[in-house]
Amino acid sequence: MTIQFNDETFRDDYSFRNSDRAIKRFPFPFHEDSYMYSVNMEQHRGGPAGSVYEKRFDVDEHYLSEMRDRALVLDQDPLRCQSLPHMTLAGWDTLELIMVAKSEDYPDLFELHRDGDQWHWINKPMGIDHKFTFLDETTLPCGPLEYITRQAQGDYAVLDQRDDNLWMDAGMITTQADWSLDFDIGMNFFEWHAPVPLAHEMGIFKRALKFLMNIQQGAPARRLNWTMTVNPLLDTSPENYHKWGIQKSQLTPENIGAKQHLRVELQTFYRLPRSNALLFPIRCYLISFQDLTSIPKWGRRLHRVIRDLPEELATYKGFIDNRPMMLDYLSGFDDGQPTSPGIWPDLDSEPPLAK
Amino acid sequence: MSASPTKAKAGAEKLDVVVSAVVPMNDLVTRFEFKRTDGQQFPPFSAGAHTVVEMNDDGRTRLNPYSLMSDPADTSTYAVSVRRDDQGRGGSLFMHRNVAVGDQMTITYPVNLFALDLRARKHIFFAGGIGITPFIAMIAQLERSNGHWELHYAARSPELASYADELRLKHPANVHVYYDSQDQAIDLQTLLQGQPLGTHAYVCGPAGMIKWVHDTAQTMGWPDDVVHSEEFLAPQPGKPFQVRLCKSDITIDVGENESLLEAMERCGVDAPFLCRGGACGQCETDVVETEGELLHRDHWLDDDQIAAGNKIMPCVSRFVGKTLVLDR
Repeated sequence: MTIQFNDETFRDDYSFRNSDRAIKRFPFPFHEDSYMYSVNMEQHRGGPAGSVYEKRFDVDEHYLSEMRDRALVLDQDPLRCQSLPHMTLAGWDTLELIMVAKSEDYPDLFELHRDGDQWHWINKPMGIDHKFTFLDETTLPCGPLEYITRQAQGDYAVLDQRDDNLWMDAGMITTQADWSLDFDIGMNFFEWHAPVPLAHEMGIFKRALKFLMNIQQGAPARRLNWTMTVNPLLDTSPENYHKWGIQKSQLTPENIGAKQHLRVELQTFYRLPRSNALLFPIRCYLISFQDLTSIPKWGRRLHRVIRDLPEELATYKGFIDNRPMMLDYLSGFDDGQPTSPGIWPDLDSEPPLAK
Repeated sequence: MSASPTKAKAGAEKLDVVVSAVVPMNDLVTRFEFKRTDGQQFPPFSAGAHTVVEMNDDGRTRLNPYSLMSDPADTSTYAVSVRRDDQGRGGSLFMHRNVAVGDQMTITYPVNLFALDLRARKHIFFAGGIGITPFIAMIAQLERSNGHWELHYAARSPELASYADELRLKHPANVHVYYDSQDQAIDLQTLLQGQPLGTHAYVCGPAGMIKWVHDTAQTMGWPDDVVHSEEFLAPQPGKPFQVRLCKSDITIDVGENESLLEAMERCGVDAPFLCRGGACGQCETDVVETEGELLHRDHWLDDDQIAAGNKIMPCVSRFVGKTLVLDR
């Protein structure tokens, strides 16, 4: 499979686009016509060919543009990547995991040649050809975590595991849904989840923590999370809220189909072998309402989910003010017909929109 | 992506291995080394991790956890050391009597319940007997990263002090060995008094030694979270009992010499587990109904949970009484 990489932006003129292929493989997060929190974990061991679940670290048409956007963010705010001193080994673990996975899963794009500690890494799409000594930081231009995550889509939180808790002690966070590594660094699992409504009362976090602490080597897990973003912005950070928050008030019935995006995070969880830390990659996928509703099943279902979502969740996810306008738009894609269970588009079996 | 949450899996991922060396260390301890059957490299691991070794003892499956003692950076070989327990339930005896070079075995991926705290400025290790094994891997890992450590190792006698000589030879300044037979003992109080701020203490050995280190450190004002220990409990024999598993819709008998977990497995119930020694929490099971006494032997449930009486760890705990119904 050859990937045609887009030349596009996630800021200013927002030239980001999804191809037909990208639309069909979009990780739609709702398996039924309603949504409530759950610890919706499953094993991360591949998935249907061509889907975003197939490879350990999905590389898609947005790769080069996302890496350019990350470089811009880091240039303006180097604190988006941090690693507390005891997390360097976990950084090397991360580098090893991503390099091995990418070179095995995409041999036409990435190569890794290892001779003991002497490693040779070739990233063809980014034009990188680099020899370095594994576990020797002086042979890399920056720390191992920053080095590899400047070459891998998605955010990466690296969690230390100790004292029966997980600790946000390192990360590369530039495509986040309104949270800040610089604010959360050093916090434990309950502290950094403190702002989330309802889930604490439901006991979700206690169960989730237990599950995550038991994730073992060789058995990674995954789940989906979602929110809403106006304009295809990767960097919706608290640090830059003054730049993007205002854009939420610029939606109109005319532009909502193009501007309003469903933002889905494919979250995966890996036990890192050398450090015993937990790697938490958070991969962001964006799709405009007009592209999403081109899949009849997804159009019907998104309308029902957004309509019935509890007010606290719509508030927390930041779209309570725009919900009426969203529903006006989405109701045009809901003809009341039943939807098939599961997240897949089912284009062959689901009826076209009868409206 | 499925809608259903993943259910806890029975055990960690497995690796097929061939026994590449069997090295008797002394009267009681033998080292077993493994290579991968498929010729691939092992995954790297973090020091302090254990693997569960699966034994086929004449049709009966035995699963025993052993600390990995090889260098975590050496991905060609995994090694464990097994102390023969003549009064035990037979796993260590099987290893000593039946396992030979060339045998095919199955072991699990490494699982770490006894990790180094990498924030520590210094690591001080207290080993008792076969409790030395995780520290051998920890020392190898720390040597590679220029970590600051010292080891205090108590053994019954020079003859039974596995690995003491080679450790002392390699690290004469950091390794201190004490022999009961020569009336030598770790001067714990003095040692704990002299440590720099940011030191973490680790203890692995008999239950009494673990308690001694925790209690002494606590009395001397060490915070609980800088004192780390690992103790695998072997399931103790007990009176046979019957248990109803309501999800599986069967009633099973637990024999005198098998654990509740083993009885479930024997009856084909896919019960989750990791360490099989009461430490990891993975096999925690809800008690639906009980008329009798739960004999808790694990390190997992806290006092409140034990008082509530609605959880049991089937890997080591038992039951005496009339009725026990579990949500499994």
